[in-house]
Amino acid sequence: MNNQMTRSRLLALLLLCLLASFAMAQVQTEDQPSDDPVIEQRLAKLSHELRCLQCQNQTLADSPSDLAADLRREIRAQMKAGKSDQEIIAFLTQRYGQFILYRPRVSPLTYLLWFGPFVFLLGGLVVLFRYIKQRRDEITELPLTAEDRRRAEEMLASSRKETA
Amino acid sequence: MLKYLIPLALFLVLVVFLAIGLTRNPQELPSALIDKPAPTFRLPQLKQPDRTFSAEDMRGKVWMLNVWASWCVACRDEHPFLFEYQKSGAVPIYGLNYKDRPEDALGWLGELGDPYLLSAVDFDGRVAIDYGVYGAPESYIIDKSGTIRLKHVGPVMPDVWEKKILPLVQELNRQ
Repeated sequence: MNNQMTRSRLLALLLLCLLASFAMAQVQTEDQPSDDPVIEQRLAKLSHELRCLQCQNQTLADSPSDLAADLRREIRAQMKAGKSDQEIIAFLTQRYGQFILYRPRVSPLTYLLWFGPFVFLLGGLVVLFRYIKQRRDEITELPLTAEDRRRAEEMLASSRKETA
Repeated sequence: MLKYLIPLALFLVLVVFLAIGLTRNPQELPSALIDKPAPTFRLPQLKQPDRTFSAEDMRGKVWMLNVWASWCVACRDEHPFLFEYQKSGAVPIYGLNYKDRPEDALGWLGELGDPYLLSAVDFDGRVAIDYGVYGAPESYIIDKSGTIRLKHVGPVMPDVWEKKILPLVQELNRQ
């Protein structure tokens, strides 16, 4: 009895989910590969360079989102119309900004992003070298006195005797 | 003393940067289209499919384009407020019905009411690509010369309306 109740409840829940997904349906984009293998190859290469704006950490190539499908369709259409990869990238950045590029362009806005790590590395090296130099300066070499030399020779002589 | 203060200072700088990072919304991208001409389009109207609507029709007016869809969850949050904004007469609000089946869209408006002067149907999302739409709802304020002056991603809640949109449209209307 109890078991049956949970089962019917589960079924109701499942139905509800299904209904909800129907209600949410958006117009699906046909994401059909083009029959031109050259276009598909270019698309595959280009879409790895582009960000899906809905999921943000996926490329346009990997994203299952609807917007990504729309953009793939758009790119195919533009390739078919004879647009170069550069022109397509320009088209997309005009609309979505540089954020759509997975590898941001080197521009004054992105200098910090591109060169920041090297600046930090350089800073780290400077600190490291200064530290090493400082430590080396702290070590003062004392020349051996005659007495030190005599003691050292005595020690060496005694150790030679032991090993012999 | 300085030896200990420098790492502490660096740490505090890092904390400030990370704290600012936390308060920013990574979903919100700066629009590339601000201060650019609004992309032109001519699309059928949702309620009168034999008539069209174009951004060109709005030349000489400050207006708001609101991208919505019946499948869009956040659009529901925004929807009741759109009536108030429209009623205030501050700015005429037009809809862009984004990747929606017209019957779903009409059903949604029938159920919740229609705050828009009219909605244009962007069935395949092609116009939305021109506008750089990446998530509904999105709202654009377009000035008299047809230039996009503001883009807001996400529902236009009353605080956004009062702080961002209202002052801007008032200023644009004075121009």
